[in-house]
Amino acid sequence: MEISGQQYEPVIGLEVHVQLNTKSKIFCDDPVKYGADPNTLVSPVSLAHPGTLPVVNRAVLGKAVKLGLALECKIAQKMYFDRKNYFYPDSPKGYQLTQDRTPVCKGGGVNIKTESGDKFVSLDKIHMEEDAGKSIHVEGEDFSKIDLNRAGTPLLEVVTNPCMSTSAEVALFLNYLRRLVRWLDISDANMEEGSLRCDANVSIKPVGSEKLGNKVEIKNMNSVRNVQKAINAEIKRQAELIRSGETVISETRLYDLEKNQTRAMRTKEALNDYRYFPDPDLSEIELSDSFINEIKSAMPELPEEREQRFINEYGIELEKARIICEEISQAKFFESMLKENIDPKVASNWFVGPVKGFINQNSEIKLENINPKALSSLIELSTSGKVNQHVAVRELLPEVMVNGTKPEKLAAEKGLLIESDENELLDWVNEAISQNPEKVTAWKNGKKGLSKFFMGEVMKKSKGKADPRQTISLIEEQLKNQ
Amino acid sequence: MPSKTIKEIQDLILKGNANCEKVVKHYLSSINEQKHLNAFIEVFEEEAIERAKEIDLKIREGNAGKLAGVVVGIKDVLCYKDHSLTCGSGILKGFKSLYTATAVQKLIDEDAIIIGILNCDEFAMGSSNETSVYGPTLNAVDNERVPGGSSGGSAVAVQAGLCTVSLGTDTGGSVRQPAGFCEVWGLKPTYSRISRYGLASYASSFDCIGTFTNSAEDAALLLEIMSGEDEKDSTSSSSAPENYQLEESTTKTYKVAYLAEALNHEGLSPQVRDVFQETLSKIKEAGNQVEEIKFDLLPYLLPTYYILTTAEASSNLSRYDGVRYGHRSDQAENPEMLYKKSRTEGFGPEVQKRIMLGTFVLSADYFDAYYVKALKARKLIRNKTLEILKEYDFIITPTAPTEPFKLGEKNKDQMEMYLGDVFTVQASLCGLPSLNIPFSNKKSGLPVGVQITGKPFKEKDLLQAGNFFSKL
Repeated sequence: MEISGQQYEPVIGLEVHVQLNTKSKIFCDDPVKYGADPNTLVSPVSLAHPGTLPVVNRAVLGKAVKLGLALECKIAQKMYFDRKNYFYPDSPKGYQLTQDRTPVCKGGGVNIKTESGDKFVSLDKIHMEEDAGKSIHVEGEDFSKIDLNRAGTPLLEVVTNPCMSTSAEVALFLNYLRRLVRWLDISDANMEEGSLRCDANVSIKPVGSEKLGNKVEIKNMNSVRNVQKAINAEIKRQAELIRSGETVISETRLYDLEKNQTRAMRTKEALNDYRYFPDPDLSEIELSDSFINEIKSAMPELPEEREQRFINEYGIELEKARIICEEISQAKFFESMLKENIDPKVASNWFVGPVKGFINQNSEIKLENINPKALSSLIELSTSGKVNQHVAVRELLPEVMVNGTKPEKLAAEKGLLIESDENELLDWVNEAISQNPEKVTAWKNGKKGLSKFFMGEVMKKSKGKADPRQTISLIEEQLKNQ
Repeated sequence: MPSKTIKEIQDLILKGNANCEKVVKHYLSSINEQKHLNAFIEVFEEEAIERAKEIDLKIREGNAGKLAGVVVGIKDVLCYKDHSLTCGSGILKGFKSLYTATAVQKLIDEDAIIIGILNCDEFAMGSSNETSVYGPTLNAVDNERVPGGSSGGSAVAVQAGLCTVSLGTDTGGSVRQPAGFCEVWGLKPTYSRISRYGLASYASSFDCIGTFTNSAEDAALLLEIMSGEDEKDSTSSSSAPENYQLEESTTKTYKVAYLAEALNHEGLSPQVRDVFQETLSKIKEAGNQVEEIKFDLLPYLLPTYYILTTAEASSNLSRYDGVRYGHRSDQAENPEMLYKKSRTEGFGPEVQKRIMLGTFVLSADYFDAYYVKALKARKLIRNKTLEILKEYDFIITPTAPTEPFKLGEKNKDQMEMYLGDVFTVQASLCGLPSLNIPFSNKKSGLPVGVQITGKPFKEKDLLQAGNFFSKL
């Protein structure tokens, strides 16, 4: 990017909030649930009543360590929570419990595959904290409503170093992280519901310069695509400022999707002195080696590893391996299909094609309810030529997926097994011939391509179960005899 | 009914000379007769009688708990489900607790009867009970004098026979100092010994629930019942509580240290010094080893204490914001003014001052100079104190440097008020168990307490020795 004869480059760092999918909140037993009636998931602890105390949910520690290990971070053995003091109506205690000085994970990072090759996105830290409630501002009213259901929901904040230079890299990293936290069963990572939230720190500096420009924090983006758009808009804004000789002010800005531009937040909010200090209500937390090792040994193969293994071990195309490994449940299901000794490549075609297609169209169908063995038998039935593939997909797949019915039995019941009995086939062929005398004449006059027409007719009459190879030779034989 | 201790009351009941209902009614009439003391904020008259009847039934059936017949008052910072909790503050007027504090529940489970809520300094911040929004509690020995604080109501309730025992809280001396001023037993256990769940926090790393009793045995029994790990308080100790019951007679003698700096402290009144020295000589005569030691950190105790407790308090009290419960100003037009006005109207001057102080010491520019330095000082003080306690069983000091002072006397000079905590904050900074042994100045008739501080979790030794010293 050239500005007034000088090459500039953007520098981008991210703060990603991952809302954990634990059963209960981080410091009390209140359930974590999205979409419950307002203020129904609030005990005296969530309401910050006098005398209540926080107690750390061990499941949160486990998930934090899991993510840290997957991202090759250094795991802290001793840590505490700090209080971040600020007043806001949806922050019940008047402070947020977070980890300012002793984050659970430090360092680490991940390689992402960009168009121009591998890029290492390094992490500063991952820390645990609690979410706030929600303020609901009612248009035209002189009051706001507070819903504290979300208050105390566990969050992991993943902080990257300022190491990315394009919004495309940011998108790749976010997609990577989103797949990983779902894969590890840490979070639903749904940006629209707010279980994955991303703030971006953006600045620009002359290429080669060590010194970073003034950074702007952008908030309020509810999809990966919007994060990209917001970053692009902000880079453009900063470049224009520099071009016109102005300076970029370090501030927090909100992304306005409709205008596709960022706008400044009130500066007052940026001037907060949070007065961090260790929370004296919580004892120091120690993570024993055995706790960490237990998590390590239960760690599943990570998505990239599995993807690569599918390619190497089963010869599956990269594109399909990637789709299958988008979710761990899919990858697991796919591998259990392979136990039935079917061709992995054929299985991957089926999985990525008709199987996923059917699931996408029928939201009530869940992968975990489908019997992989039945599905494998169906594929086998098709590849061995016992059922026409189109017939298998159209007539058998839905019922096999919904009810787990044995495909062979189902095909027999429905009369869909390929018919190779010559007398039966002859009946259909002769019927087709006698019903289309002009086509027979045409064929005889040299339009041999009409064999396909008769083939189609026989298939219609047989509902697709006529053995194609046998049928075509019978058709030609019978036509010659006319 | 002249009986005062738990054992005496339970003996009366056992012998059929009284029952719980009579005991409760006796206390209710005492409370009524001495309303001018302003010890109680609220009395649960009917409820206490009902409960007494239930427990009388249990006694007849032979399945009553260890505290059957015991009538308890609790300080207005402890939660008791569906009952008022105001922390002596306007900001919580009308608030009722949704749950019961662990310590209170443990007493109830042993059939104690909670008779009412006791007056105290606002959010336990004060040494004279004068910062309460309900006005001061008066010392029963001399109504022109303060009962001490912050648990002044709790001390007077036991002193004046308004209940059998009471609960207070001690952050920097708030049980021991009023116990000293009212000539009753006041025990602050080791930090973490009793769960803080349900104790409205003042300074979390200092706060302890403590007891006011008419005997060391009563304190031992209450401690035994209330102590233990609580899954709702992650700072509560996992070490198992002892059997605290005191031995009848003991020939054991102790090694006791007194601090030279304390005895020579400029704020120490001659009357207190006399009583203290007399006690020291009696202890010595009884065969104990009493030695003077140097403790040059004494001047740092109060600054360290006030920096750390106000820092924690400034954050702990942020939840009183007028949003979810408590006082909400009806003058506010926006959220910021809602906070400012509700808190300005709701909190009294002492609390506001401490919030300001704490906010200051935690602010970015002063954090290292005050808060971090005070943390280091606390560590030094603790190490030095524990070193002393390696060699000695107890550190002995006067509980407070003066006799109970007159109402209003120290309100003009705040520093003088804070100086009153000089001997009690050491145990608080170190998290050590500490006991007020009731004594008095024979000439003036005014109470003068003597404080002994012991090793972590050695409350039994403390009570055993205290009992021994008190009878000399």
